[in-house]
This record gives sequence, C-alpha cells and structure tokens, in this order.
Amino acid sequence: MSEIVKTVELFVEYPPSRSGGERKQAVNGLNLSVKAGEVFGFLGPNGAGKTTTMNVLLGFIQPTRGDAFLFDVSVREPIARQRIGYLPELTYYYKFLTAEELLRFYARIFRITPAETERRIDALMKLVELDHARKRPIKTYSKGMQQRVGLAQALINNPDLLILDEPTSGLDPLGRMKVREIIQRLKNEGKTVLFSSHELGEVETVCDRVAIINQGQLQIEGRVADLVAKYQCDLERIFLNLIGYTAPTVS
Amino acid sequence: MNIVIAIASVVAKEMYRRKDFYVLFVLTALITLLAGSVNFFGDAKIAMYVKEICLLLIWVSSLVIAVGPAARQIPAERENRTIFPLLAKPVTRAQMILGKFVGCWVVAGFALLVLYLFFGVVSGLREQAWPVAHFFLAALLHWLLLGIVIAMTLLGSVVLSAPSVNWTVTLIVVIGILFVGEHLNKVAGRLHEPGGSMVRTVYYLIPHLEWFDIRDLLIYNKPLPPLLALGGATVYAAIYMAFFLYASWLVFRRKPLSA
Repeated sequence: MSEIVKTVELFVEYPPSRSGGERKQAVNGLNLSVKAGEVFGFLGPNGAGKTTTMNVLLGFIQPTRGDAFLFDVSVREPIARQRIGYLPELTYYYKFLTAEELLRFYARIFRITPAETERRIDALMKLVELDHARKRPIKTYSKGMQQRVGLAQALINNPDLLILDEPTSGLDPLGRMKVREIIQRLKNEGKTVLFSSHELGEVETVCDRVAIINQGQLQIEGRVADLVAKYQCDLERIFLNLIGYTAPTVS
Repeated sequence: MNIVIAIASVVAKEMYRRKDFYVLFVLTALITLLAGSVNFFGDAKIAMYVKEICLLLIWVSSLVIAVGPAARQIPAERENRTIFPLLAKPVTRAQMILGKFVGCWVVAGFALLVLYLFFGVVSGLREQAWPVAHFFLAALLHWLLLGIVIAMTLLGSVVLSAPSVNWTVTLIVVIGILFVGEHLNKVAGRLHEPGGSMVRTVYYLIPHLEWFDIRDLLIYNKPLPPLLALGGATVYAAIYMAFFLYASWLVFRRKPLSA
C-alpha cells in the first residue's frame, strides 16, 4: 500500500514567548506513515504534539527540521493539499454566508464545475442532514450543525485523505455517532482518514491503526487489534501506561 | 486567478451584508443629495462651497469604507479561525492577500461609482451642465488612490496586531500625506542637514496621494489634465499597490498559524 501521509524526522520547535521562558520542543523527530485506505488514529495527551503535527501537514507552520509529505508531495507545496479535506477541532466559518454559499466558495477554490458543485452540495447536505437549513446563515446554526457543515466542506472536493482534528469534540452522543458513521462510510469508500481524538473507545471502534505520541515523540504505532492482543488490555490502559499515568492510591 | 476571485467575492459579500457599510453609504448619499440640491440665495460662491463640502464628504466616507474592512480582513480570519479551513485547501498566502485586496478594492470602487454618480446627477441638474469626463476622471483617480490605501492597510494588518491600531495609523498616515505630502520638499529645503535630507527622503518614498485629488477640477470647472498624466498616475498607483501587497506577502508568508 502506498503512503499517503509521511513525516520524516520531523522536528518543530516553538520560540520562547515574549514574556520569557524557554524554547519548546513540540515535535521531536517524529516518523509517521499512514497508508492508503486506512483509518489512522493519532493519539496523545494535551500538548503532546498532535495538533502541531497536523499544522505542519496542512502547511500552517514550517517544521524546524525534517519534512512531511502528502501523496509524496512536500507539504510546503500548496498542491499537496489538492486531494485532502480538513476538519478543524473548533469549527468556525464565515457566519454571514449560508451553508450552500460556503460550500460553493470552497468548490470554486478546487475549480469544480458549477453543475458538479450543485450536485455535490445536494449530496453533502443530505449526508450531514442539513438539507433543511442550507439557505440559512451559518451564524444561526448550533454547534453540532456547524460541525456538520465543517464535515461537508471537508468533503466538497471528494478528497482521498481526510484530516480530522478532534472531530467529535463538544458533540452530543447523537452527533458523535453520526460523525462515526460518516467516517465508517468514508472508510468503506476507500478513503484514508487521519484523525486525532481523546475518545479512546471511539478510536478503538473506528481505527485500523493508531499512533500514540507523548512530548513530541512517537511512543507506539500499530494495528489496534495487535496492540490490544500484545498488551492484554484495552487501548485506554495502553495509552495511560505509555504516558506514564499512575492511578493515585487511596490510603 | 479563480481562487483570487473566489476569495474576493466572499470579501464583497461580507462588506455588503454588514450594516455599518449601508449606514455610512446611505448617510453620505443623503447628505450629498440635501446639500447638493439646495440653492443658497442663488449665490454661485456658496454653491461652490457646498460642492466642496459634498466632495469632502465623499472622500472621508470612501476612506472609511476602504480602510475599515481592509484593516479587519486578515486579523478577522485569524481571530475567527476561518483561515484554517481556507489555507488547508490549495490556496497560497499570496492568493489570499490578493483576494482580500481585490474584494475590498472592487467594493470600494462600486461605492465610489454610486456616490459620484449621485453627486454628478444632483449637481448637473442644478447647474444644467454635465461635465461627464471630469467626473469620470475624478472617480477613476480617487479609485486608484483607494487601491494604494487598501494595499497599505493590508500591510498594516499583517504587521500590527490589532485592527483598531491599524485603522488609526493608516488614517493618520493617509490624512497626513494628503495634507502635508506635497509640502515636504519645500520644508526639506529650509532645514539644516541631516534633517533636510531625511525629510527629502520621506518625500520621495511616500505615495503622493494628493496627486490623485482633482476635486478642484470639479468645483471650479477647470480644464482636464492631459491623458499622459492619467497614464502616469495609473502606473504610479500600480507600483505602490504592488509594493505594499508584496511587502504584505513577505511578512505573512512565514507567519506561523496554530490551529
């Protein structure tokens, strides 16, 4: 299977803040590989370097050293983002636009023809169950609806790779289930999905492979079933052990 | 180009869907209508003053329409986090800056066109004279000036952290250039060195926005400048717009964005 996402000896260092302090090593020599057609869970505690790694993949920040590739194209090239869809953790879109105007805007960026754009908007609005609200300004949407618009915009170009940053964060159980269903559907269509999450149960259900990072370093990487079999415990326990968590004892 | 136009169309939608834009626009149009249509005791001199006031109002209003939205474009994208889904697509930062610029400039141009048309019709009906070429040239030069101002504001928006600071600084600089820009050379001649050289350098570096101000032609019905001067002004404006946009890109291209 070809590698869709690859990081090679990736280092990201943040300069000290203006008020002082030290340089922060956010990502420390990370080598990551996501293969075509798999759902890949990217896990780690807060501040582990997950979002920083995603920021590098999306070209928001430049790595201090090393490189990252999407479809064998360096992430420094904007064309590397032609075949990806991205859903940020906190979804904010142009509130003065309606959902269909927003999708039309993003479709235009991908140079999708007007007829094809309308066809995709119809399909996506149905997929995320926002068909009834497509002509309403986004500012009138609830958080869950905004998250679903986010998912629709991430899919407008029919991407081969979907990068989801905490896609179920802040959603109610129904919203989470719907997102899980969509990920499952994308997986069945042969799409590659890279997503970060704190919901380990969810990761265990949806992902083919996972990587756990801590303090910018890769701790473990492998198939979920293999890891569970190897460590004889669930993913949550493996995760907690790897980040060095010990339960407080009650005296 | 398709991406630039797509971004510009979103900027335009944002601008015309905002209430403050309408309020300013309608207010300027109303005052122009009222002041332009009143005939003060049939005195030609007073009528000229009124014309001057109307044009000043259009100038102030157009500067606010241009600077306000341009100052908040990029900071608002960052603050509202809409920049992340946008730049996660095959959009370069240069295209983003250019799209923002085109959107602001086109909307400012449209507002300008309507205001000049309005003022032209009102004053034409009163004076029974239709100096169309004068109005066209004044509006065109005014629009070129707004292009420089918008590009300058975009540069400010990637350098200065707060839009309000950028807004204030840009307006002070623009008004300063309009009022004292042309006199700097004379001032430099009267100063001792190195002050004289410093002021002269500033004189040659700043965009001379006052050269685009031909309100006197409209007020006093003076003859039109030669076409060559218009061509020169267009090239001059294009150079400054390109310079400010290029500088904005240089600052913005490596700016880390943390989602």
